[in-house]
Amino acid sequence: MQKKLYMTAGYNTVSLGTGRKEFNPKKERPGIEHYISEAGKGVVKQIGNANKIDETVIGNFMAARFNKQAHLGGFAGLVDDKLEYKPSLSVEGACASGGLSLVSGMRSVLAGTAEVALSLGVEVQNTVKAIYGADILAGAGWYQNRKSGHAYFFPGQFSDRAGVYYEKYGYDYARAGMRQWFVNAIENARLDPDAQEHHNATPDLAGLYDKMKPNGKAFVDHLNVLDCSKVSDGASGILISSEEGLQKLGIDKSQAVEIVGWSQVTRNITKDPVDPVELTTIKKAAEQALEKAGITLDQVATIETHDCFSIAGLLAVEALGLAEKGKGAEYVAAGNTARNGAMPMNTTGGLIGWGHPTGATGVHQAVTIWQQLTGNAGKAQINIPANRPYGMTINMGGDDVTVVAIVYKRG
Amino acid sequence: MTYDERLQQVAVLGAAGKMGSGILLLTAVEMADISLKPENKGKTFVLNAIDLSDEGLAGLMDYLRVQVIKIAEKKTVWLRQMYADRADLVENYEIIDQYVHDVIKLVRPTTAMETAYRSSLVFEAVTENKDLKVKILKQLDENNPNKPWYFTNTSSVPIQIIESEADLTGRVLGFHFYNPPAVQKLVELIVTQKSQPEMKQFALDYAKSLRKVVVPSNDIAGFIGNGHFMRDALYGINQALELAKNRPFYEAVYMINKVSQDFLIRPMGIFQLIDYVGIDVVQFIMKVMNPHMKDEELHSPILDQLMELGVKGGQQSSGVQKDGFLKYEKGTITAVYDINKQVYVAVDEFAASCDQELGELPAGHKPWKAAVRIADKDSHFGPYFEAMKQANNPGAKLAVKYGQNSNAIGRKLVSDGVANQDEDVNTVMLTGFFHAYGPINNYFA
Repeated sequence: MQKKLYMTAGYNTVSLGTGRKEFNPKKERPGIEHYISEAGKGVVKQIGNANKIDETVIGNFMAARFNKQAHLGGFAGLVDDKLEYKPSLSVEGACASGGLSLVSGMRSVLAGTAEVALSLGVEVQNTVKAIYGADILAGAGWYQNRKSGHAYFFPGQFSDRAGVYYEKYGYDYARAGMRQWFVNAIENARLDPDAQEHHNATPDLAGLYDKMKPNGKAFVDHLNVLDCSKVSDGASGILISSEEGLQKLGIDKSQAVEIVGWSQVTRNITKDPVDPVELTTIKKAAEQALEKAGITLDQVATIETHDCFSIAGLLAVEALGLAEKGKGAEYVAAGNTARNGAMPMNTTGGLIGWGHPTGATGVHQAVTIWQQLTGNAGKAQINIPANRPYGMTINMGGDDVTVVAIVYKRG
Repeated sequence: MTYDERLQQVAVLGAAGKMGSGILLLTAVEMADISLKPENKGKTFVLNAIDLSDEGLAGLMDYLRVQVIKIAEKKTVWLRQMYADRADLVENYEIIDQYVHDVIKLVRPTTAMETAYRSSLVFEAVTENKDLKVKILKQLDENNPNKPWYFTNTSSVPIQIIESEADLTGRVLGFHFYNPPAVQKLVELIVTQKSQPEMKQFALDYAKSLRKVVVPSNDIAGFIGNGHFMRDALYGINQALELAKNRPFYEAVYMINKVSQDFLIRPMGIFQLIDYVGIDVVQFIMKVMNPHMKDEELHSPILDQLMELGVKGGQQSSGVQKDGFLKYEKGTITAVYDINKQVYVAVDEFAASCDQELGELPAGHKPWKAAVRIADKDSHFGPYFEAMKQANNPGAKLAVKYGQNSNAIGRKLVSDGVANQDEDVNTVMLTGFFHAYGPINNYFA
C-alpha cells in the first residue's frame, strides 16, 4: 500500500426491528435522515469537530424504494454544518454498499484527495412489510430472474444453496451446523445493547431452532426464519484516515485500527453461481485481502462475516479456508466460531443477531472489528492474543456478486 | 354439478352484516382461488353481495379490500405459482394487486334481491328472525329456476322449520359460522332428515377448503353452541340475582363475571360475553329457542328490562364494544350498570370489597391466556380444580357450582340428542368459544 490507512471513532445506532422491545410496527418511527444524522454525529463527537473531515461517503442500497429518497450525499450537511460544501456522495452495491462506502473513503485517502473521510452506511427497511421488502431486496439479483424467483427472493436463492448442501453432505449434519450458527448469533447479540436480538431471552435456542422446520408452503423450502438475518433500521459510521490525518485528529494509534489489506471483487450478476455450495467471490476476495496484508488466517483473532443466512455463514467458513469444503457445518457445530472458540466470528451477533440494515452492514462490521481490536467492545469484548493482532471483515452484496474483504491490525 | 360449478353463481343475503361480511369474504376468496385454476380459466364467477343497506355495502367493499390484501400477503408464495403465466406480473406487490382485483371483481354489491334469482348456492345471513328468513328464501326460491342450495347461518332456528315453511325440501342446511367468520375456525353443520346427501358433501368440502372445523349438530333449536351459551348465560344471570339479595345487583354482576372468567379460567366473564354477543341478540335467541324447550324456561326478565332501557351491548361496525351490563374503555371493564338508578357505577368504587369477599383464586391459578396454551391440560386443570374444591371461600364455591352447571348443560345436550357425542360439545366450546377445557369433563362431574 502506498501509505498507511487507519479507521477510528466507530459508531452504531441501534438496529431497530422485530426483537427490539421498543419496536412497534404500528407506530411511527424515525426516518432515514435520523439514522444518518445519529451515526454521523456519533462519530464527530469522538473527534470534537467536523472541520477535519474532508469528505463523506454514504453506503446505501435501496432508500429510493424503502424511503422514497435518493441522493443521500445531500444529507452530510445534516450531520454537521461543517460537512456542507465539501465532497459527499452515496455508493451502492446491494448489501455490500457499506463495504463500498469504506472502500470509497479508503480510495480518497490513498489518492490524497482527502486526509480524513467519514464513511457511513444506512438502511431503513421497516417501512414496508417483509413480503414487499422482498421485492425491493430482489434488486440485488438480476432483474430478469425475478419472475421465476421465489416470493422471498433472496431467502429463495440461499434456500436453493442450502438444499444442495443438504443433498451433498446430509440434512441433519448441515442443520446441526446452521443451528449452532444461530445460537452463537443470539448469544453474542445479547452482549451488545445495540443489537436487534439484545433482548432475546429464549432459554433453549437450539430447541426452538429444531422446532421450526423449514416449510416451503409458508416460506422457503430449506430455511426457517431463524436461519435468516433481520429486517432492520440502522446506521453505522467510522472515520478513514491517513497517518497524518490521525495526528491532526489527535487520536492515538491505540484507539485506531490499521487497514493492512483489502480487496473488492465482483462476479457477473447475469450468471448463476458456478458452484451452489461455494461462495467463490468471497473466496477470491478473502485470499486477495490476506495476500495484500501478507498474513495468514492463523494470525487473525476474529472475523465478521456476512451471514445474511446461516448457510452463508457455513459457506463463508469454507470459502475462507477455516474448514474444507463440506466441513463447515462440522466446524461450526463443534463451537469453533463461538466467541470462545478457535476463530470467534460475528462477536456482536452478525446479521442474524445484531441485525442487517443492508446498506449499513459493511460499516457495522468494520466498527465491530475496531471495537474488538481497540478494547472498546464492552460486554462483547473477546480476548485478542498478542500473536494474533488482526481482524477481518467480509461484506457480500447479492448472491456472492459484490464482495469487500478487509484485513485490520491493532493500531 | 361439480364443486367448482356450484361456486360459479353464488349469493350472500345480508352480506353487509357482521356475519354476512365474513361469509362473503371467505366465499369470494374461495371462488377466486377456484377461478385461478387452469381448468377454470375463461369461466365467469359471480358472487352477489345482497343487503338492504347501500351504506353497509360501501363499507363491505372497503372491508373486503383490506382483508383480501392481508390474505394475499400471507399466500404470496402460492399466488406466484398461480400467476406464473402472467409475464406482466413480476413483483409480489403486482401479484397481490392483481389477486385483490380478481377477488373483488367477482363481487356484485347490490340491494336488489333479484340478482340471486340465477344463483345455484345461497348463503343466508339476515337478521335472526324466522319469519323474515322464511319470507326471503321462499320468494327467492319461487323465482330461481336453478333449484339452488341454501346455507343458512341461523344460530337458533330449527332448519326443518325453514325447510318446510319456505318449501325448500332437501335443499337447505344450517351452516353456522362463529363470529367473526374470517377468524373463528368453528362451523356447526345442521342437516334435516330430507337434506340431499350431495349438498351435505358439498358443505363438508367447502368447510374443508376454508380450513374450518366442522361439528355436526342435530336440528334442535339453538344447536350446540347456543344450547350451551344460553343456558350458561341464564345460570349466570340467576346466580347474580341470588347474590343480589344481600347486595346491589351491579356488585353481583361484577362478582359472577369475575367467577366465570378468573376462577373458571374462561376468556371472558359471562356478562362480558353477553355484551359481546349483544343483549338484543341473546334475548332474541332465547325467544326463538324457548318454545322448543320442554320443562325449561329460557327467558330472563332482566334482559327484557335492559332492552327497554336501551342497554344493548353488541359492537360498533368498527368492532368497538358497546356498553351493556358492563362499561368498556378500550376493551377494559371500567363500570357496571346499576339497573335501579340507570347509571354505570365505577368498578373502582366496589371491586376491592367484592374481591375480598370472593376470596383468593385457588392455588395454581393461571390466567386464561397462559392456560389455553398448556399442552397437557389435564395435569394443570386437574390439580387446579381440586384446589378449588378444597378452598373454603365464596368465590371457589360459586365457581364449583358454575362449573358443575356447565358440565350438566353439556351432558344434557348429548342426552337430548342435540349433540351426537361429548366430544362434539367440547369441540364447540373449545373452538367456537375459546374455552381452555371442555364443559364435559371429570373436574366437575
